[in-house]
Amino acid sequence: MELTSTLLTGTGSWNPLAWILGLVVAAVIAWLIYSLGEKGYKAGTAQAEPFISGNPEPEKGLVHVRAGNLYWGYLEALKGYYNRLVPLHTGDLHDYILWYLGVTALFLVLVVISA
Amino acid sequence: MIPAFIVENSPALMVIVPLVAAFITPFIGRISHALRSLWVGGAMAVTSAITLILALDVYATGTRLYVFGASAASMALPPDSGGIPIRIIFAVDPMSALMLVITAISGFAIILYSLASERSYSGLESYYTLYLLMITGILGMVSTGDVFNFFVFLEILSLASAGLIAYRIDGGVAVEAALKYFVLSTIGALAILVAIGIYYGEYNALNMAMIAARMQFSLLDQVALVLIIAALAMKCGAVPMHFWTPDAYSMAPSSITALLVVASQASLYGLFRTVFTLYNLSLNAVTVGWLIIILGVLSMVVGVTMAIPQKNVKRLMAYHAVSQTGYMLLGVGVGLAVLGNQSLLDAFGYMAMEGGLFHIINHAMYKGLLFLTAGAIFLRIGTYNLNRMGGLGHSMKWTMVFFVIGALAIAGIPPFNGFASKLMIYESVFIFNPVLAVIAMVVSILTLASFVKVFHSIFMGPRLPEYAEVKEAPLPMLFGMGILAVVVILFGLFPTIVVESLITPAAHALVNQGAYISAILGGA
Repeated sequence: MELTSTLLTGTGSWNPLAWILGLVVAAVIAWLIYSLGEKGYKAGTAQAEPFISGNPEPEKGLVHVRAGNLYWGYLEALKGYYNRLVPLHTGDLHDYILWYLGVTALFLVLVVISA
Repeated sequence: MIPAFIVENSPALMVIVPLVAAFITPFIGRISHALRSLWVGGAMAVTSAITLILALDVYATGTRLYVFGASAASMALPPDSGGIPIRIIFAVDPMSALMLVITAISGFAIILYSLASERSYSGLESYYTLYLLMITGILGMVSTGDVFNFFVFLEILSLASAGLIAYRIDGGVAVEAALKYFVLSTIGALAILVAIGIYYGEYNALNMAMIAARMQFSLLDQVALVLIIAALAMKCGAVPMHFWTPDAYSMAPSSITALLVVASQASLYGLFRTVFTLYNLSLNAVTVGWLIIILGVLSMVVGVTMAIPQKNVKRLMAYHAVSQTGYMLLGVGVGLAVLGNQSLLDAFGYMAMEGGLFHIINHAMYKGLLFLTAGAIFLRIGTYNLNRMGGLGHSMKWTMVFFVIGALAIAGIPPFNGFASKLMIYESVFIFNPVLAVIAMVVSILTLASFVKVFHSIFMGPRLPEYAEVKEAPLPMLFGMGILAVVVILFGLFPTIVVESLITPAAHALVNQGAYISAILGGA
């Protein structure tokens, strides 16, 4: 068994080491492009501070986009789906048991009928 | 060299060591806390070592039998028993060995993590006792060749898990989550017990191989099958029986949540063992296969879509655990659906099963890792609320690196381990039904989107004033996370070795019911 052998998936293949090699080549190319760029940058000076059209920088806590503001559009677009799905998660143990018993009953019917 | 005594008795030792250590732990804790840490860490290390020794032995020599109360494995079928294996038997085949490897690695990494993460809490005697009992339950479930014994270990696991879910109490919310888990587990266990009673009444046997050899798939057998499938699917968090999962996973300490992932997979093992080893071709494979596939697809889609809007990072990860279980059910379900057709099984069925089984071990590693990172963050900032987090990448760099590794793996990004198993599932399932493969890929994209949100919310942005003093997680926690991270990377870089060594033998052991029966009833 070779360490570098390819994983065959029946219809395709996957060799992670070849992928890594590709990434290394891409990283070298990226570094070469980067090294051609502006050399006057100095960390820790005014250069590194944010420039917001001359306005003062807001407090750090206000700048960070919090989790609740992410994917608003996605959730709004799928509002119909979520309006049905979320209420099913009632947190009520009785409902949990009913779902379990319901699935058991449904499976029983399907398995017995198809036997 | 490993003493022959240990190799020969490893099936018993791997259960006895954590069981005995569990009950001694409270006494050691009264002497010294440091000694207790050493004791539980040592007990888990020894258990993991014995478990890995057994697994390696199984991969080298084939299925291992261990007959309790007999001098030799050949006594599995005593001459005066009327042809019935009356003794309790541990039958460890490559499928069991796969689960042993998962438990050994996860159990050891998590105990190391726990030694630091739980240091400031009281009641640690109970914590470590229940932890070692969970390990005992998991190892027993995946090793036993006896259905009643399986039930006993399942109960040990469920009771210990419920105690640990409630461990932090948390104003009663954790206790409520534990109560939900406990009630559902008990109902499920009762259903399994009824099924076991059916087998015993019908076949006068509790031994899996004996039941399998006599299986007729009568109406009673069909009832027993459904009782077991539904109970174990509920225990592994399959939709629409997953509701307990976010409650329990989010309220348990993160170290325990990581172990609950392994516990859920032990239930998944029980499900696969039942349909393949107990029933195999005697059942209506297409129907049962499709039922498992549908459970898988529902779990994937509902799990990931419920994860995205979550604000509590552990609830979010719990829904992703549900979603990832769907991949395993999908892969193995496809294998089951074509079980009766050898050409289809060879064309893609085995590959689908191998993908599903590979995903079990991958998931245990990266999901365990993710839960441990969540615990490290909680330790430092005291909240799981994503809306209150930000900028922690400045102060918790190693935790961030481990999180990124886990997140990329769960999203199926190459070259991490999740990609390799998902690729196997995508390509094989595509031949079976392209729609299922497309759904699986879309779910992966949504998983990535969800973890991009989590990564941004926790680690990105400026250093927040309220977390200015936050430090990196303690070294033992980093070490525990590091073990899992290294496994995630290695399994991703060398998937062929894992598949050929661990996964393919496990898949063939599941499918080949005859070999399992003859290994036990033939007195191997």
